[in-house]
Amino acid sequence: MVNKVLKGNGLYWGWLSLLLMIMGAGAVSYLVQFNYGLGATGMSRDVTWGIYISQFTFLVGVAAGGLMLVLPYYLHDYKAFGRITILGEFMAIAAIVMCLMFIIADLGQPMRATNVILHPSPNSMLFYDMIVLNGYLFLNVLCGTVVLHSEYKGIKYPRWIKPFIYLSIPWAISIHTVTAFLYAGLPGRHFWLTAVLAPRFLASAFAAGPALLLIIALIMQRTAGFNVGRIAKDKLVTIIGYAAIINFFLVGCELFTAYYSNMPGHMHTLDYLFFGLVDHSTGIMHNNLVPFMRAFVVMGVVGIGLLFAARRAKSDAMLATACVLIFVSFWIDKGLGLVLGGFVPSPMEHVTEYVPTVVEIGVAVGIWATGFFVLTLLYKMVVAVKRRSEDLLEIE
Amino acid sequence: MYDKVKVFIGLAIFVVAALSIVGYNMSVGDKDGFRTDGKPGPEKPAGHEKCVKETAYMQTSHMVLLNKWRDEVIREGKRELVETVGGEMVEKSLQNGCLSCHVSKIKFCDRCHEYANVKPYCWDCHLAPVETPASKEAH
Amino acid sequence: MDNTRRKFLKLAGLTAAAGVGATVIGSKAMASGAPAHGAPAGHGAPAAAHGGGHGDVATGVRQAIVIDTGKFNDNPGLAEKCQQACHSYHNVPDFGNPKDEIKWIWTDKFANVFPEHSHYKKDDRISSMDIIAMCNHCENPPCVRACPTQATFKNADGAVMMDFHRCIGCRFCMAACPYGARSFNWRSPRGVDKEGHPFIEKMNPKFPSRMRGVVEKCSLCSWRTKKGLDPLCVEEANKTAADAMIFGDLNDKDSKVAKLLRSKFTIQRKPALGTKPSIFYII
Ligand code: SF4
Ligand code: SF4
Ligand code: SF4
Repeated sequence: MVNKVLKGNGLYWGWLSLLLMIMGAGAVSYLVQFNYGLGATGMSRDVTWGIYISQFTFLVGVAAGGLMLVLPYYLHDYKAFGRITILGEFMAIAAIVMCLMFIIADLGQPMRATNVILHPSPNSMLFYDMIVLNGYLFLNVLCGTVVLHSEYKGIKYPRWIKPFIYLSIPWAISIHTVTAFLYAGLPGRHFWLTAVLAPRFLASAFAAGPALLLIIALIMQRTAGFNVGRIAKDKLVTIIGYAAIINFFLVGCELFTAYYSNMPGHMHTLDYLFFGLVDHSTGIMHNNLVPFMRAFVVMGVVGIGLLFAARRAKSDAMLATACVLIFVSFWIDKGLGLVLGGFVPSPMEHVTEYVPTVVEIGVAVGIWATGFFVLTLLYKMVVAVKRRSEDLLEIE
Repeated sequence: MYDKVKVFIGLAIFVVAALSIVGYNMSVGDKDGFRTDGKPGPEKPAGHEKCVKETAYMQTSHMVLLNKWRDEVIREGKRELVETVGGEMVEKSLQNGCLSCHVSKIKFCDRCHEYANVKPYCWDCHLAPVETPASKEAH
Repeated sequence: MDNTRRKFLKLAGLTAAAGVGATVIGSKAMASGAPAHGAPAGHGAPAAAHGGGHGDVATGVRQAIVIDTGKFNDNPGLAEKCQQACHSYHNVPDFGNPKDEIKWIWTDKFANVFPEHSHYKKDDRISSMDIIAMCNHCENPPCVRACPTQATFKNADGAVMMDFHRCIGCRFCMAACPYGARSFNWRSPRGVDKEGHPFIEKMNPKFPSRMRGVVEKCSLCSWRTKKGLDPLCVEEANKTAADAMIFGDLNDKDSKVAKLLRSKFTIQRKPALGTKPSIFYII
């Protein structure tokens, strides 16, 4: 089964080498950061988390998004997802790998990372995050490989794996809930201090995760002749569309609460994100995230419209465009605005803006490339096994 | 950098090295910081007879004691002075305690650490006493 | 140590991690996560084990400082002297730029130190005043709650402390602190700038520096207060203006701070957050 990753066409090898090159550049960037310290990034005393933690947050969502495939297939026996459920599980693996790498990249003293285990602190949300993320990684590796291996052998997956599959369902919710709790439990950061943060995280995750999956599935349909099937695609449209709408609804709730109550603390960050915020001690206007956040709204809304239109028109090209729009839109929302915005204004009500450095972007892109590398290998295996088992079916 | 694994391997080597010294007369040190048998010879501070624990313990386990002191001082606020085996009172502190007697890091700490090739990260934060020209020469 | 309770809390925590259902138990355990005063946060022991059931009862020592802002206003430059005293003793580096900045004690305008008190139409004196800011040594410190390694913890005197040996540099505590009291070593504090000028101008051999990648902040001079001395900033302030800063035990009814707090109107930074700061201001 594993040897399947060693057989591929030129496109496959070209893609892998490209990823390897980017990973190399990422490794070099990380070395620079490792030798200089985190000052090599754009983070500062006021904005203490940057794109590393925001990518981490977003990717936890992508990992949890796999749930939207696992749940209908295993819990409701929804047969149409038979071909793609495993893709969801493997996407979760790649996403968690990236998450863990982003966390390590963000540590000032990565050599001491084990202190989290040596000195367990049940009062810290990061402690739980470590547990749930590693647990979810384990569950998906276990379930994914066992199920795929059974298929490879041409048998149904063994019964003992079922409890693990069922466990992975609430576990997926837990990873994103705990990640939201990292933020939502901090007094004095008004933008994060909201009970809808966890639901919002989940909604955007259930849109962005399946959207990415659908994009990849459509690419594989072209390059590897792997067709997920019209019914599955249509069902995914429903899932992505409604999750995306719920996310926007929750964003709307935030906007209402802040602006109708007219409480400065609640409005400041939203002002900064959507309109720009003036630092009162300097009189300078800060608005470098405004174009992004407006793009988030526009792309998201257009994406949702296009998504349902694509289903009606049965157009894969439109579908892919819609998914890209939604994915990028929600990446901006959670992978940029949410984390960076929370630090503005600072606790002393100053506005410090953050711009990532080249080194930092290099590390981040390198980690993304690593994730896609893992994903490519895993999906290569899936495609090979699925082809084989379907051949077997035909012979029978 | 101080990779944990490396530190522990280093420490293990050091313990073995240090243990093998036990039983020899430590006062034999030649001018290069090595004794005639080739083992490192850390220079003992003049005017102080005994350390806070017996020499054998200090050779093998001073880092354990330092960690214990750290936790007691920072976490439990137990900052009382400690008594040396010889009855002197010293502060429970690397920088203000140990190094107040052992005035040369080069002639004391480094001799064994270099021999055992360990690079403890103490010195990333803690300051060694300013070395006098004489102590540097001897290095 | 209370072993059964510790075990229960660990178990409760694990359950909470595994499923959403147990979140309630989890958050209860966490809310009490900050070790209560009077109990030392023992090495390796989860801080939460000390928490439960202390509530508002004043037990143990709770060190506090009362700052008389008027005296600082009358003595321009005094706050800078305090900062100098603190930073030079504690080997706090000066990187010369706000991005890398490390500070344990500093000043800012009233509106920035007290954004929640920043009411409409303040008098001119208050609007122009520079106010000292430092770690509040909160009674319910969010930074301690957030720290995944107990590198930040509360000691038996009520001071919120850092163990630089243990800090992994995740900066969760910095996101958690609502007062901007924490700084991170973005680069090596032992380094030199482009002109070869060291970031720590004159190393104080009595105190360690930090290394890059760890967080630091005011330690309420625990190394001094244990010996019965006032914190350095307090000592320095009082050299120029008597009682500009007053240090003492809040829980000791007869201490100078306790008496002062009973007789004078003082304010705290962001009291609505429930952190219960131990730094009080006479305006
Ligand atoms: S002021 Fe900030 S750093 Fe100090 S104890 Fe309170 S939360 Fe922690
Ligand atoms: S940066 Fe250090 S002190 Fe702060 S939360 Fe992380 S480990 Fe704790
Ligand atoms: S109490 Fe000590 S450490 Fe804190 S600001 Fe004052 S002098 Fe600095």
